[in-house]
Amino acid sequence: MITVNNVSKYFGEKQVLFGIDTQFEEGKVNLIIGRSGSGKTVLMKCLVGLFTPEEGEVLYSGREFHNLPDKDKLSLRKEMGMVFQGSALFDSMTIEENVTFPLDMFTEMSESEMRDRADFCLECVDLKGVNKLFPAELSGGMKKRAAIARALACNPKYLFFDEPNSGLDPKTSLLIDELITKITHDFNTTTVVNTHDLNSIITIGETISFIYQGRLGWHGSSDNILTSDDQTLNDFIYAQPLTQRLRKTL
Amino acid sequence: MLRQALATFGEYLIFLRQVFSKPAKWSVFLKKWVFEMDAMGIGSMLIVCIVSLAMGSVITMQTALQIESGWIPKWTVGFISRTSIVMELCPTIISLLLVGNLGSRITAEIGSMRVTEQIDALEVMGINPASHLVLPKVLASIIVNPILCVFSIAFALLGSFLTVWITGCISTYHFIDGLTYCFRVYDVVYALTKTCVFAFVMSTVASFYGYRIEGGALELGKASTQGIVVSSFIILILNVVITDIML
Repeated sequence: MITVNNVSKYFGEKQVLFGIDTQFEEGKVNLIIGRSGSGKTVLMKCLVGLFTPEEGEVLYSGREFHNLPDKDKLSLRKEMGMVFQGSALFDSMTIEENVTFPLDMFTEMSESEMRDRADFCLECVDLKGVNKLFPAELSGGMKKRAAIARALACNPKYLFFDEPNSGLDPKTSLLIDELITKITHDFNTTTVVNTHDLNSIITIGETISFIYQGRLGWHGSSDNILTSDDQTLNDFIYAQPLTQRLRKTL
Repeated sequence: MLRQALATFGEYLIFLRQVFSKPAKWSVFLKKWVFEMDAMGIGSMLIVCIVSLAMGSVITMQTALQIESGWIPKWTVGFISRTSIVMELCPTIISLLLVGNLGSRITAEIGSMRVTEQIDALEVMGINPASHLVLPKVLASIIVNPILCVFSIAFALLGSFLTVWITGCISTYHFIDGLTYCFRVYDVVYALTKTCVFAFVMSTVASFYGYRIEGGALELGKASTQGIVVSSFIILILNVVITDIML
């Protein structure tokens, strides 16, 4: 479980996060949702240690991440996997090299063991026969899946996805959502997904934290998000004509 | 402006501390180091040789044209050409050429990795991106640039010789006599020391400007230009300092 206690983040004089308190549960798909510029990505970067919050703490199963000694921080980082918005695959490496990279860095596996592990991870994301291709040769959806395979390589306990559906067509988005749910349940990971894709919110969000102007606006699950009476949340969820029509049927 | 320059210098020193930390895995580091040496050395060899050949040729023609007095011995052309080539032109001009060639490549490579979040990905994995990406480049350039400098000297001297041989401005006998006159190994040591220092400046400054990019393609272009300008400026200042210290 990941616990966020009173996290605030400033960039110079500007405060971006205002004392966020929330929890991300083990074995569940936890969503961070909100409008663009609300602070979702900053919160996620605080979670994975790319930003250090000025106030508050981030606890991984009770371990305060930002105050850990370097050695412990490193071992905690090895338990994390992250899929970035633009996939962030290393473009000078083949897909197989991308997937085996963390194994090569942190394990003593032999070449053949690493190749087997890469095959397994690529199979998990339904990506076969692309081992020798370079990221530039793949479509957006395939890149996302390859990035997921790389994140899975070291058997992470914590998985982070930054806007996994951005730039993808609805069908591919659906496949990515299914994949995220499957991986979370099969490997019992604590999965945190940063999204504003409404379909993801409704179908895969087991716990949902709604960030509004840098503050936690609402916390709940997909079961009760559509019937919430929180005005700011409803303004976000029912912003589009299609969802407004859906609301009338509820 | 001075305050900003000091702040940037401070950031550069912090960056260097990150770069010079123990690699996460030596075998991976060695692989990257060899790869960088190959890419830098082979990739720049042709341009270095062509520029050096032309440079040696021109310096000899210029020197021969200036020295027409009967009072000055003919071997002086060879002597001045060699001294200029070994002590100044090859280490400094070729280092400046490599700033444009290798430095811009380093800034663009690291900068695009920053822009596409590949550096963030390394950091989340628990890898020190500065050390993983930059250290092999710095050490490779410190090894490769002096080798390129030696090739440059050889080709510049070849260019000089060919000019004398083809134009016949002086006899090849007098030219070779001047070329070998009062030759000191220390001159080569001085040239290679300068090249090593310039290689360090070029690779670390170019990497620093790529590493700290915030934004997109526009900033990448700006950073690349800034990296080249700042590296060249530092190299020219250090050239004066090293010359004063070593000669």
